[in-house]
Amino acid sequence: MAFSDSGEHHLRTVARLPKSPTGIDGFDQITAGGLPTGRPTLVCGSPGCGKTLFAMSFLVNGATKFDEPGVFMSFEESNDELAENVASLGYDLPALIEKKKIVLDHVRVERSEIEETGDYDLEGLFVRLGFAIDSIGARRVVLDTIESLFAGLSNESILRAELRRLFRWLKDKGVTAVITGERGEGSLTRQGLEEYVSDAVILLDHRVIEQISTRRLRIVKYRGSAHGTNEYPFLIDEDGIAVLPITSMGLAHGASTERISSGVDRLDTMLGGQGYYRGSTILVSGTAGAGKSSLGAHFVDAACRRGERCLVFLFEESPQQVVRNMRSIGLDLQPWIDRGLLEYHASRPALHGLEMHLSLMYRAIERVRPAVVVIDPVSSLLSVAATADVRATLTRLVDHLKTQNITALMTSLSHGKSELERTDAEISSIVDTWLLLVTLESNGERNRGLYVLKSRGMGHSNQIREFLLTGHGIELVDVYAGAGGVLTGSARLTQQAQERAAEIAQQQEIERKGRTLDRLRAALEAELASLRAKFEAEQADLAADIEQERARIARLRADQQSIAESRQADSDNNGSERRDERHVDNRRSRKR
Amino acid sequence: MEMTEIRPDAASAVPVQVLRLYIAGQTARSAKAFANLTRICEEHLKGQYRIEVIDLTQDPQLAAGDQILAVPTLVRLLPEPVRKIIGDLSNTDRVLVGLDIRPAR
Repeated sequence: MAFSDSGEHHLRTVARLPKSPTGIDGFDQITAGGLPTGRPTLVCGSPGCGKTLFAMSFLVNGATKFDEPGVFMSFEESNDELAENVASLGYDLPALIEKKKIVLDHVRVERSEIEETGDYDLEGLFVRLGFAIDSIGARRVVLDTIESLFAGLSNESILRAELRRLFRWLKDKGVTAVITGERGEGSLTRQGLEEYVSDAVILLDHRVIEQISTRRLRIVKYRGSAHGTNEYPFLIDEDGIAVLPITSMGLAHGASTERISSGVDRLDTMLGGQGYYRGSTILVSGTAGAGKSSLGAHFVDAACRRGERCLVFLFEESPQQVVRNMRSIGLDLQPWIDRGLLEYHASRPALHGLEMHLSLMYRAIERVRPAVVVIDPVSSLLSVAATADVRATLTRLVDHLKTQNITALMTSLSHGKSELERTDAEISSIVDTWLLLVTLESNGERNRGLYVLKSRGMGHSNQIREFLLTGHGIELVDVYAGAGGVLTGSARLTQQAQERAAEIAQQQEIERKGRTLDRLRAALEAELASLRAKFEAEQADLAADIEQERARIARLRADQQSIAESRQADSDNNGSERRDERHVDNRRSRKR
Repeated sequence: MEMTEIRPDAASAVPVQVLRLYIAGQTARSAKAFANLTRICEEHLKGQYRIEVIDLTQDPQLAAGDQILAVPTLVRLLPEPVRKIIGDLSNTDRVLVGLDIRPAR
């Protein structure tokens, strides 16, 4: 028991490490709360990596969102320059200074103006900082970039001793500090500041690979706290700095049983009769011009009709182009845009690195909170990164969408059979429904075909359907599948015409036989009628004969009677007795 | 603010050196710097200087104005250009070079 108690206690202290939120999107998530409260954090990176911006965001957010005033001590940029630089992010420094939320102090060290003689210390800096902190009751401090001191002052041993003292002093003051440092050769900072700041070290990186720049952030060290060790992409845009918490690689998302229409009736029928699952991910792959975008547009249109918000990422076309093109198949998406249900985000794939694209998509998704997301085409992202990266990145995106119960449709352009196998196979395992659009080439024409390659959790059709883009949208029709193989397009029409002709001929044959049958039946009836007439005639004759015969017998009897009476016979039965004797004689003679 | 002012000689034709010495508390180093400064001034600028001593522990708001980091710092405000000498001023030659009294060798 004692052991588990102490273990619990340990856990509790770890969990209780106080943290100061930076207010930077995503960063507080990957650090589980922000920077260590009351301790200095080193933020290092090469020039232009966003150190100053990171530090300034930490400070401004502290002042505006968390009621923690802050001091920004700049060793490089002047106060005016700083205010100007961050104004583009919507930070109004002069106003914050006016409200005593922030103090800017520009420390300028000009070596040419300074002569050093004898012993000194940096108490002046301490006094300045202390004064600035006390003047507004600051809880946060930024020193950007303190290494500049090494350029301004020549006595390195004094500097090092004083820096060590400064960081100690900051801790004693209980302020949460961010110290920025320039990336050095083979070390995190040029002057080895990481030696002095041992609580948390964050490395910012700005890489350009194949002419595409990507910003990344890594937590090198965070004493006493669990933290993600990945490199996280981050971006700087008009909304400030944002880190992507791409840690969610889990499979813990719920599974909706709600079904939503694909926007194409026949396709819904093919998908177990009800369409896609809500929150599932659909991949539509096909060659150029196979109708992938149109299928996506139908899906969007159906969602908008249900009053759901849609977000479409375009990597090849402009929104105007898509709206125009979809009009040609009878889909007008403009009203949905006007009503704010549909939003397009168009950018060239080569504009950013993959991670940046993903970041921007995350941001847009967070902002719009759509029910449906379409990425058209997802394969464009392949061009900006290695396939393994794309897969990992897309997996994160899909996981993210699933946890939000957002239905996603991604189109993928395949260039040929082998290509289709390769690129699509990379991502097919993470999608729930995979529709394949193929072009069927025969008899000098290309026709579109659609089939459902897979669709998790539903009975789906295994049939290929011919995919028609008509003036009133997509239509799926049965292809001709028979002895002559699968026929589409005009071959199918020809075949259908032939079948119709054959059918008509058969129909006529049936009618002809029917008529023959009728005729035969009529003849039979006639025959029967005449026979019956004949029979009735005979019957009448015979009945008359019978009647006559009976009458004659009766008369005969009457005559015999009268004769017998006239002869005075003994009994009425004489005649019949005689007949009986004759019968016995007959029997006797037979025995013999 | 502790002010130690030494009146310059009114008859002098040489431009008056207006000096400001920043210290942080009455430390041994502060005292040493002040002693060194007055000695050098008496030897080389007799009657042509003015010294103002600012103790930052008492007037911390004054540190930013002259961009003070290190203490002690001697700032020559006049004549222009502004020069700064940091340290306890124990090297007389460097102080004299810093104040443009003696050309750098």
